[in-house]
Amino acid sequence: MIWDHWEILLVLGIPLAGGAILALVGHRPRAAELNVALSAATFVAAGVLTASVIRSGPILALYEQLFVDSLNVFLVALTAFVSMTTAMFSRPYMRIEKEHGKLTAARLRLYHSMYQLFVFTMLTVLLANNMGIVWVATEAATLTTVLLVSLYRTPASLEAAWKYFILCGVGIAQALFGTILLYMAAQKILGSGFEALMWTHLSEVRAELEPAVLAIAFVFLLVGYGTKVGLVPLHNWLPDAHAEGPTPVSAVLSGLLLNVALYALVRCKVLTDGALGPSYASLLLMGFGLLSVVVGAFFLSRQRDVKRMFAYSSVEHMGLITFAFGMGGPIASFAGLLHMTVHSLTKSAIFFTVGHAAQKAGTQIMEDIRGLAKINPAVGWGLMLGTVAILGLPPFGVFASEFLILTTAMREQPWATPILLASLGVAFAAVFGKVQPMVFGDTTARRLPHPPALVPVFVHLGAALLLGIYVPPHLSDWYREAARLIG
Amino acid sequence: MTNLLTPALIGQIINLLAAILLLLSFAMLAQRRILSLIDLFAAQGLVLVLSTSLVAWTTDQVHLYVSAAITLGLKVLFLPWALHRLIRRLNVKWDVEMLINIPTTMLIGIVLVILAFNVAQPVSALAGTVNRGTLGIALAAVLLSFLMMITRSKALSQVIGFLAMENAVFFGATAATYGMPMVVELGIALDILVGMVILVVFLFQIRERFDSLDIRHLEKLREE
Repeated sequence: MIWDHWEILLVLGIPLAGGAILALVGHRPRAAELNVALSAATFVAAGVLTASVIRSGPILALYEQLFVDSLNVFLVALTAFVSMTTAMFSRPYMRIEKEHGKLTAARLRLYHSMYQLFVFTMLTVLLANNMGIVWVATEAATLTTVLLVSLYRTPASLEAAWKYFILCGVGIAQALFGTILLYMAAQKILGSGFEALMWTHLSEVRAELEPAVLAIAFVFLLVGYGTKVGLVPLHNWLPDAHAEGPTPVSAVLSGLLLNVALYALVRCKVLTDGALGPSYASLLLMGFGLLSVVVGAFFLSRQRDVKRMFAYSSVEHMGLITFAFGMGGPIASFAGLLHMTVHSLTKSAIFFTVGHAAQKAGTQIMEDIRGLAKINPAVGWGLMLGTVAILGLPPFGVFASEFLILTTAMREQPWATPILLASLGVAFAAVFGKVQPMVFGDTTARRLPHPPALVPVFVHLGAALLLGIYVPPHLSDWYREAARLIG
Repeated sequence: MTNLLTPALIGQIINLLAAILLLLSFAMLAQRRILSLIDLFAAQGLVLVLSTSLVAWTTDQVHLYVSAAITLGLKVLFLPWALHRLIRRLNVKWDVEMLINIPTTMLIGIVLVILAFNVAQPVSALAGTVNRGTLGIALAAVLLSFLMMITRSKALSQVIGFLAMENAVFFGATAATYGMPMVVELGIALDILVGMVILVVFLFQIRERFDSLDIRHLEKLREE
């Protein structure tokens, strides 16, 4: 009974066990390799899970507590994949940080253990059927990353982690209130108990949920999960946490955590749409999304720290995806899902290269990083290609999804199109203007003691390129199915 | 005994407890001394325990007793004790500094309460619980704790504001739905506990770095 779907239990069990094991041995010299191996095992399990969902449709497991359908299965695979490649990147990266004296063995143990637990909490958010557990796991994801953001214990990193903890804690408390109201509306139809919080049951009766309650619940849920997505004006924690934490953490925060929080929000949107019709949640999501795109884009040009700049770029892209889900309809939702995938791949690849570039230069200030193409062509060109990809130049995947979002906006929300286009233009000018001298230009930077891990960068960029040219039929069916679910 | 406790009377008692909860939220807003703030937080937890147990008793909801027991153990006994200890260990100054003066804060608080009642009214009419009238108070208490976090400059009082907010959310949960299913309540309790452990670690780190717990030291990261 419990072991009917062993693959789904493995997907959650491996990182959980990994967190415990690395808490004991995470300071040993080979811990980084173990971290990679565990992440790879999780990815294999996620692959098996994906295959069985493709073969036999949605899965319910563990007394209905876990649930996989077309919407979350690709996010599970993506999360497992990016956390594996980030572990590969972090192996040499953290070793260099240790040799620079920024970390001790004990902190490295904390890092490895929390990394696995963080992956576990994200996968739990994605796989949980119970909206209450989704909340609990989202909060746990914050808790595991707080100590990662403050890993260097510098004043700035402590400040960033404190801001992150308090802002996300407060935000997520609002989401709890929203979940309670959702439960209250569902109780009337499903009775009290487990069923009234199960997404599978809720989605069946979503048309009967009390609209007045759902309207207020959605506002609380939007504020709560929106804080974690980094929607403006709730985004204040995001640039600090990205800039001050270790780079692998920035990569998984941007590439995965924001996606996971947005996923929770989309699930809530589906229920709200059922009760209130599509226009209510749609307007709120479009408003917040558009504001995030505009503010994110305009703040880009004011940044001096490279990781901060790409954090603002994440705000902008998350806004764009939220806007796409807000518009709704098969094409916009398809584009939103595609954008989630390519943004996650591209942004984490950028953070990988940025991490090595900052290590070389010994600073994150962009004016002091120069001539990457000369000292290490792979890092330099990786950063350049990643930047070009994230700015939405063809033939990369971001272009395809942005093109779909913009053309749908022209047809359905023409008022928003000039705002979106102007913001994308501003973002392009700001980011390209700053990255170009970093890659080309002269330098006196030193070589790194260990060769950087650049395979993940080019694997990610290759995948983003592939998705821009050709979306495999399995994947596009999947997106279409998920988009139908989102509505 | 049973005749004495008519549903009407129980309703009155629950309303009274809710009113005390709101009063305590205002008291926390106005309190300057950090130790008294912790005591007020414990008292707020106790009110929550009493009202939860009362609702559990009238409606025969067994899991609410468990929820009340968790609150009693965690928020009335353990956390105040731990915070007291922490303050002794950290040697924090006794006074809490406000960023806005108290009368202004109180006035903003009153506006928030009116707002909360207006928002909650249509929703509470739809709830099927005996204590549904108190949903507005729960929302008001959430907003007041929010205000408290904004107006305080010490890390520790922000933490207490955060915990008070969790109390208020739980109060809202009993008012709206007789509490969440067990597995969720346990998860939430675990999150709070882990969160507190992390916070304590964190407060020590902040103190070690800055020699103070004033979060105004934590304002270097600004947009240029």
